[in-house]
Amino acid sequence: MIREITIGQYYPADSVLHKLDPRVKLAATLIFIISLFVFRSPEAYMAATVFLGAVIYISKVPLKFMMRGLKSIILLLMITVVFNLFLTPGTAVIRIWRLQITKEGIVTAVSMAVRLIYLIVGASVMTLTTTPNDLTDGLEKALTPLKKIRVPVHEISMMMSIALRFIPILLEETDKIMKAQMARGADFETGGLIKKAKSMIPLLVPLFISAFRRANDLAMAMEARGYHGGEGRTKMKPLVYKKRDYTAYLCLLAYLILMFLVNRLHLVTGLLGI
Amino acid sequence: MAIKVENLSYVYSTGTAFEKQALKNVNLELPDGQFVGLIGHTGSGKSTLIQHLNGLIRATSGAVYYNGENIYAEGYNMKKLRSKVGLVFQYPEHQLFEADVFADVCFGPKNLGLSQTEVEERAREALRLVGMKEEHYKQSPFELSGGQKRRVAIAGILAMEPDVLILDEPTAGLDPKGRDDILDQVERLHKEKKITVILVSHSMEDIARYVERIVVMNRGQVMFDDTPREVFSHYRELEKVGLAAPRVTYLMHGLQERGWSVDTSATTVAEAASSILKALREEGVPEKRN
Amino acid sequence: MDIVKAEKLKYEYVQVDEEGNEESRSVAVDGVDLDIKAGDFVAILGHNGSGKSTLAKHMNAILLPTEGTLYVDGKDTRDESKLWEIRQTAGMVFQNPDNQIIGTIVEEDVGFGPENMGVPTVEIWKRVEQSLKSVGMWEYRGHSPNKLSGGQKQRVAIAGVVAMRPKCIVLDEPTAMLDPNGRREVIRTVRELNRQEHVTVILITHYMEEVIEADRVIVMDQGRIVMQGTPREVFSHVEELKGYRLDVPQETLVAYELQKAGIPLPNGILTTEELIRELEKVKQTHTGSQRTQ
Repeated sequence: MIREITIGQYYPADSVLHKLDPRVKLAATLIFIISLFVFRSPEAYMAATVFLGAVIYISKVPLKFMMRGLKSIILLLMITVVFNLFLTPGTAVIRIWRLQITKEGIVTAVSMAVRLIYLIVGASVMTLTTTPNDLTDGLEKALTPLKKIRVPVHEISMMMSIALRFIPILLEETDKIMKAQMARGADFETGGLIKKAKSMIPLLVPLFISAFRRANDLAMAMEARGYHGGEGRTKMKPLVYKKRDYTAYLCLLAYLILMFLVNRLHLVTGLLGI
Repeated sequence: MAIKVENLSYVYSTGTAFEKQALKNVNLELPDGQFVGLIGHTGSGKSTLIQHLNGLIRATSGAVYYNGENIYAEGYNMKKLRSKVGLVFQYPEHQLFEADVFADVCFGPKNLGLSQTEVEERAREALRLVGMKEEHYKQSPFELSGGQKRRVAIAGILAMEPDVLILDEPTAGLDPKGRDDILDQVERLHKEKKITVILVSHSMEDIARYVERIVVMNRGQVMFDDTPREVFSHYRELEKVGLAAPRVTYLMHGLQERGWSVDTSATTVAEAASSILKALREEGVPEKRN
Repeated sequence: MDIVKAEKLKYEYVQVDEEGNEESRSVAVDGVDLDIKAGDFVAILGHNGSGKSTLAKHMNAILLPTEGTLYVDGKDTRDESKLWEIRQTAGMVFQNPDNQIIGTIVEEDVGFGPENMGVPTVEIWKRVEQSLKSVGMWEYRGHSPNKLSGGQKQRVAIAGVVAMRPKCIVLDEPTAMLDPNGRREVIRTVRELNRQEHVTVILITHYMEEVIEADRVIVMDQGRIVMQGTPREVFSHVEELKGYRLDVPQETLVAYELQKAGIPLPNGILTTEELIRELEKVKQTHTGSQRTQ
């Protein structure tokens, strides 16, 4: 059933990671992803694995939740691997008919796969340990400098949090409308593409009208409660860095230095011809 | 025997943390031509139950028979069932979508694959049955008043010529006059077309006024299934599950406690007034004082 | 002092076509004069389309009068420099509980108003705690509003307004979308706020049971005030109310039917207890008079 789709995959648990300032987590995710693409030696990947493993362990989120995000990219992952495997020129290892797998191909395929998987898992760690609300708050605060170049940061984050609140409501409503129309003999499943598209009209018209009505009501309610943009607004839950956040930033710095060093180490071992 | 519900159970979100048993072993027989009231507080399972009756929700276990046929049998025509067991949901806004009232009412019969002339004939008849005048046919359904929207929504179902009409809180949000108008119309319909009506409502006063039988749902089970008089005599138990009897029931019981010989099973204003009057007359209070 | 005062208030809805030409014009509020005293519990009754909601939206300056004036705590709602003061003085609760909750967590929603007003963080938390406790929703502070019942959502919405410390709360059909239990919850909450915190309450509704305990009932029809007085005074006029597409409580109706049959009952009986008391009186005076004969 449609209402079972949950938006935002926050996994409630009592861990240091859950308590960290969302800005720290945003920065960490960004740095981790960049590090995957800048440092590309096997040693660097090993360091990244240790780092990611440690973070997952600290988060207290079961591993299977982390892996859930991978389902959505499985196809992309396969295509990447296959293309890299067969289309990278170099010394051939195996030949199948007119295709050949090269040594270089294997290396790129594996490293691409690792990067993709780590990227998704890394991002999942953030979304699983941060409530959607904290995430928008964190983004708003982190993007504050952009206000200077007239990016409506507050408005964007307000829109995001309202969307988060209304998506479940609209999903439930979609379910109700579908049933109401099915009770009138509507058929949303069978038929060709055109017929299917046409059958969506009885669903979409009431849904849009309802969404507009809700938007209108909400705007009125916000105005009635004195909302007039981000100007002069105080925060109920202001983001303030605590000691653990600074510690986290230090850990992040340590990770970066480590990555840099192991990557250099690779250059050295590489030069020695090992 | 129009509808028969047998050992019906339904479990939501099986296997997740949100697993919830919405219906537990429900048994119910709804013969042709009855006017049945279905009551229960929010979350008692009444909405889930009515959606089983036209196959919108499939039971976890148990069966639903329509005219003796199991609707879960392979190859059973669900579309036809939905046209015979018409369900009008609470908010007309959830089903109105066409540019004008007439076209919207045509949607149902059109889905049944009828010819254009027959579709239009049925739509006209359905709109007549709910008391919508021809001057509204070309109006946009979104410009209508709350009560009119509801009528059009009911007509949209009636146009499929159902044998059973299920109305899920048809009066929610209407003012008292609008509420009476709709319910009177439904009652006329019930008498004129002899169709079975199942009325889901929160208002005990409305239920008491119109229906001949009440089914009370609580925690996914049928708690009472009897005439309004019988059901409302259990008003203390009804209160325990978040329901209540019509207000006159309390009046009659209050009077009885003070030694009045009144009919405590009165459920409507008219019944209560005539019973009190009778009691007063027995005491010798003259009916008219000049 | 009057917290809300209307003078010859008139409001017209103007419909324009695509070119901006006037298509039609309908008068929703038609010359209303109104004084509401601070601390009162006033109910405004009327059928759908009687103009009661339009009138309510003027009290929060969401709508501005076409003609006439509306003062909130002495401030003219057309004075733009006072707009935010007015909205803080007269808080508003709307019909649809889903469409007025902004926060994804109960406590955050209650904090929304104070945040807009620029209240310091520590003070916001105090107010959120106080107002959630005053509507009995404190234990739900960490919940998602989507998981609450309709009545609970409306109580959160009321807390959101209370947190702005208004002198007056206007509730625009707060119970129209609720079941009977939800309706009772909301009305009980509102009444307690009125009695304990002395907040002026203006309740717009078409449910008769909800206005029985109001200090004053105002009945609207076709944009005009057609009746006003105490609930007892207003409910004495059963036929007139029916003419305005309204109802009276069932007890009042039973009493009215008995009166028609010649039983000497006073006008405007509102509750079961009252009717039983009056019927007992009728019986006693009669048996009493019989004995003296």
